[in-house]
Amino acid sequence: MTAVIDEARPQRVSLFNDPKVRSLAAQIIFALLVIWLGYEIYHNTSANLAKLNKSVSFGFLWTTAGFDIIQRPIEYTRDSTYFRAILVGFLNTLIVAGVGIFLATIIGFIIGIMRLSSNWVIAKIATGYVELIRNIPLLLQIFFWYAAVLKPLPGPKESVNFFDLAFLSNRGLVTLKFIWGEGSGYIGIAFIVGVVGAFVVGHWAKRRQELTGEQFHSFWAGLGLIIGLPLLTFLMLGGPVTFEYPVFKGFNFVGGFTILPELIALVLALSIYTASFIAEIVRAGIMAVSHGQTEAAHSLGLRSQPTLRLVVIPQALRVIIPPLTSQYLNLTKNSSLAVAIAYPDLVAMGGVVNNQSGRAVEVVLIWMFIYLSLSLVTSAFMNWYNARVRLVER
Amino acid sequence: MTDVPSPQGWVRTEDAPRLPAPPNTTGPVGWMLTNLFSSPMNSVLTILGASFVIWIAWGVIDWALIRGVFTGEDREACVAVPDSGACWPYVWAKFHQFVYGFYPFDQRWRVNICFIVGAVALATMAMPSLPYKKWNALFLLVVYPLMTFVLLTGGNLNLSSSTIYFVTGVLLFSSLVVPLAAFGIEDGIRRNKPALVLAGIAVAIWLVSIFVSMPEIAAFGGYISIATLASLVLLTAAAFFSIGHRASTRDIAARSALLGWVGAVSAIIAVLVLVTADFGLVQVETQQWGGLLVTLVVAVTGIVAALPLGILLALGRRSKMVVVRLFSIVFIEVWRGVPLITVLFMASIMLPLFMPEGVNFDKLLRALVGTALFSAAYMAETVRGGLQAIPRGQYEAAQALGLSYWRMMNLIVLPQALKIVIPGIVNAFISLFKDTTLVLIIGLFDLLGIINASFSDPKWVSPQTGTTGYFVAALMFWVFCFAMSRYSLFMERRLATGHKRRGI
Amino acid sequence: MTSKLLTVALGLGLSVAAVSAASAGTLDDVKAKGFIQCGSNPSLIGFGFPDDQNNWTGFDVDFCRAVAAAIFNDPTKVKFTPLSAKERFTALQSGEIDLLSRNTTWSMSRDTSLGLKFAGVTYYDGQGFMVKKSLGVNSALNLNGASVCTQTGTTTELNLADYFKANNMTYQVVAFEKNEEVLKAYQDGRCDVYTTDQSGLYAERLKLAAPDDHVILPEIISKEPLGPVVRQGDDAWFNVVKWTYYALVNAEDLGITQKNVDEMKTSTNPEVMRFVGKEGDFGVGIALSNDWAAQIIKHVGNYGEIFERNLGEGTKLKIARGKNALWSKGGLQYAPPIR
Repeated sequence: MTAVIDEARPQRVSLFNDPKVRSLAAQIIFALLVIWLGYEIYHNTSANLAKLNKSVSFGFLWTTAGFDIIQRPIEYTRDSTYFRAILVGFLNTLIVAGVGIFLATIIGFIIGIMRLSSNWVIAKIATGYVELIRNIPLLLQIFFWYAAVLKPLPGPKESVNFFDLAFLSNRGLVTLKFIWGEGSGYIGIAFIVGVVGAFVVGHWAKRRQELTGEQFHSFWAGLGLIIGLPLLTFLMLGGPVTFEYPVFKGFNFVGGFTILPELIALVLALSIYTASFIAEIVRAGIMAVSHGQTEAAHSLGLRSQPTLRLVVIPQALRVIIPPLTSQYLNLTKNSSLAVAIAYPDLVAMGGVVNNQSGRAVEVVLIWMFIYLSLSLVTSAFMNWYNARVRLVER
Repeated sequence: MTDVPSPQGWVRTEDAPRLPAPPNTTGPVGWMLTNLFSSPMNSVLTILGASFVIWIAWGVIDWALIRGVFTGEDREACVAVPDSGACWPYVWAKFHQFVYGFYPFDQRWRVNICFIVGAVALATMAMPSLPYKKWNALFLLVVYPLMTFVLLTGGNLNLSSSTIYFVTGVLLFSSLVVPLAAFGIEDGIRRNKPALVLAGIAVAIWLVSIFVSMPEIAAFGGYISIATLASLVLLTAAAFFSIGHRASTRDIAARSALLGWVGAVSAIIAVLVLVTADFGLVQVETQQWGGLLVTLVVAVTGIVAALPLGILLALGRRSKMVVVRLFSIVFIEVWRGVPLITVLFMASIMLPLFMPEGVNFDKLLRALVGTALFSAAYMAETVRGGLQAIPRGQYEAAQALGLSYWRMMNLIVLPQALKIVIPGIVNAFISLFKDTTLVLIIGLFDLLGIINASFSDPKWVSPQTGTTGYFVAALMFWVFCFAMSRYSLFMERRLATGHKRRGI
Repeated sequence: MTSKLLTVALGLGLSVAAVSAASAGTLDDVKAKGFIQCGSNPSLIGFGFPDDQNNWTGFDVDFCRAVAAAIFNDPTKVKFTPLSAKERFTALQSGEIDLLSRNTTWSMSRDTSLGLKFAGVTYYDGQGFMVKKSLGVNSALNLNGASVCTQTGTTTELNLADYFKANNMTYQVVAFEKNEEVLKAYQDGRCDVYTTDQSGLYAERLKLAAPDDHVILPEIISKEPLGPVVRQGDDAWFNVVKWTYYALVNAEDLGITQKNVDEMKTSTNPEVMRFVGKEGDFGVGIALSNDWAAQIIKHVGNYGEIFERNLGEGTKLKIARGKNALWSKGGLQYAPPIR
């Protein structure tokens, strides 16, 4: 057979019409173009920098920064290095992103479920929330919340007093600071042990149910382990914690733990904005689970609570989680708008470092590297999750 | 029969009279009972929710209208009234600035023309029932940007002679490549040897001239190296050969390709003539632009530039060529992985460093480059979604018909894919429109930026100026975005009908 | 089609770019294009501030006009680029602007490692503090524990850290990108203290809702010599800018004002004759006409006149000459002679 066909075809296939050759040629040309462009950029940049007596090097990171930062999760003074300043910025980004994601998820789920409510007023309020918040630029909302946090609040002298435990003023929320005494490390260890224990119990309960059908309230047991173990340790050690009370002195409160108004405004704006997107995701996720699933569960004899927990939510989550993760990522990226209201996040600190050291290229590279790593970690997680929850068809 | 009483007893022979539905299930009362007060819990929620809404609405009305100050010459009007609400005279006084920025007063008609023409063209484009979509799209994507460019900047660009030579060179080179591609490379080469040889020599000379400096002679009001001149002359000759050859052909596909190419070339020449022509318009630098004008320019340019780039990237990401696919993936993921603000910083700080010495970009142009690349990456993902939604059968059928890759994409796949992603494109535009506010961080005065800057005008400083300004900004952005999101929903529903199975 | 459109876009982009391609020295470029691109502060009353119609006024702005007057005999041949503290050096380095006149502090690192050159000190300033009167603070040394608002990317931020450390005081710094934001935060009560160059404090105070409720503390914690900046390695342009400043000061020294500059052309005082270009060929050395200095004074006035017009007692700012008085009157303004 093949011989016949071969004879029928012209013996010489032109190089130009050989798809492999053409594709290879196109790729080589394309690669050359990209390389040339990259070289051109590299060449121009180094020439321009050389003209300014500069070169790209990260050595400057170890020189003294000379400026102060308002929020320092780790020790930092004006004598610290630029590297530490950027590290402080990165940690501040993580703080705002972490708190923001937590709040946005809660608000988003509440609003999303409200949108599906049979109560007309509640559903419409949720719709109004989504339509209003989604269509106003985030930066504007950040400005708004910053003004809303600063303006109506009194100065520190006249701050709102919550039983001498916390004070709210336009300098932020000042509250007790926990100072852990000796042996506090054990509490942390107990907490970790509790988490591990909860996992083990959960696994065991699942296997037992699969084998014998008996159910075990692993959720409450796990919760008990996670909270109870550290608590027990804490009591056994005799409560090794002291509190530092904030005291008003001179201009401001001294001591205590301060949550900055910038952080409050930023977290509010970010979580409220992102929640409007999460709400839509949640709504779509729940609606994607067909009613037949609920009916089937009912007909199997499941009551409505286990139906929701075992049938509807796991299926809805499959739809919800991937876009939810990308919203989390968006929130993290959007936290870079902190620069507009003087919250010292990664971008803001990078900006200051760039201004004081004149190292624009290096700073931009650091930004890119950190944000790209965050994205890669997130998408790695998403791929893992997608693989895990993928429908296994039989 | 009917008269005979049935042994089974009485049987009803006509319908019972229709009773009205129970009063508590119909009408406003019924609606309220099912939707608002179906259970005690629901009743509580309804009352709480309603009072919340009324509280908010009343707060806004009270602040904006009842306590608002409506007339006045400067801040005194708003400061004088104790506990006053919105400071509207500030908005009246500054509104022109919010829209035009510092655009010169007597030139603002130019901006107005752009706004009006754009709105009309966009509205007719957006209405599916109106005809001439193709021409309208052509107008919006090609003529309109050109028109706004000339109108807003004043045109009369000073193209450097090297740029003109560069563009001419590209045109002439394409005159060789395009007709060649229309025939298929092998056939084209066989039948077009003289042109090819000439072009080959031209390109070789041009390449050599990059590395070896050649003597320059005065020509066309500037200096041009002998090598460039020689290669241009050779390319012209090659173009004549190939055009002359193609014009005599009877192959319809080739003729139409040739026609399209001639059209494109004349369009490019027209563009060059237009942007360099002196229409007697006063030059207005981009620094004087501001407010809504900048917001719209950034958003519209971003999306218009992002669309073709995004399509190319999406095709690249699905390409079978490893190098192209890898490049597309890296490009898309890098831009999508970083916040827009760092992209803008990069554009404003690093772009000048990337350029050859002395070459310099306008600040607005730098921001435009940044946003265009950024949104191209997002657009690519949107378009990719559309491409993936096209069933494999469409690709296979196109290939079975013997269509080349580009023809398959142009004629079969892209028209369908782009139609599906229209709502996605509108949504991308909405987020870009909102994201344009970030340019204020790199020192451009968009709508939010100019409102923010106006707060420090000593003439209008008052406790309510800030709130009023933000309120106006929020309202303007909201109206734009909400309208667009409704449109996107409308298109989604309209387009969905084509793909959903109806009946059997 | 698409690829071809791209080519055109590329071509157009290049051509727009190429318009501003600088080739030779800045002075030649400026002469060729017919105007100076000057980077200035868009929000500092008295130094640089555009009104609703984008008419710029201020001390730094007038300096740019003086340079234009020297070159073109026309002070309107200037175009202004509004720049934030952060963007200013990049704008100058990249050639986006020809001259940076934006209350910029001359410091060693800026002079030596940014590829820039300061052409002189047009204004001797120092960093100060502004607080609300109601706080009852009368010295910066009482500011222990205060919240301080300032602008990022400035020497101010660094001086502040140094000062509080040197005096063993604690503080909270709230650092914003733009001075409008700093002012707004200070006004909203975010900070107790607003710190920047003292001249800036006077200017910013005017933008507050109740300027009289705020007081500027007497302490000056740093030396802030402000001056115009040009790119390094461009001596012809550097000389023009430097000597424009000297001409302004010399004119005040010689008593040449905007009003009497035409009469002075008939003066027999050799120093004045050299200044107005009646004696010698001093314009040649800096590639300008011989009456370059007279042109400056005719169009924008001498140093004292510029100061009084923008900052002095006659303005809302009411800044005293202080260190910026002439050397002969106990100040620091001193210029080498034209000879």
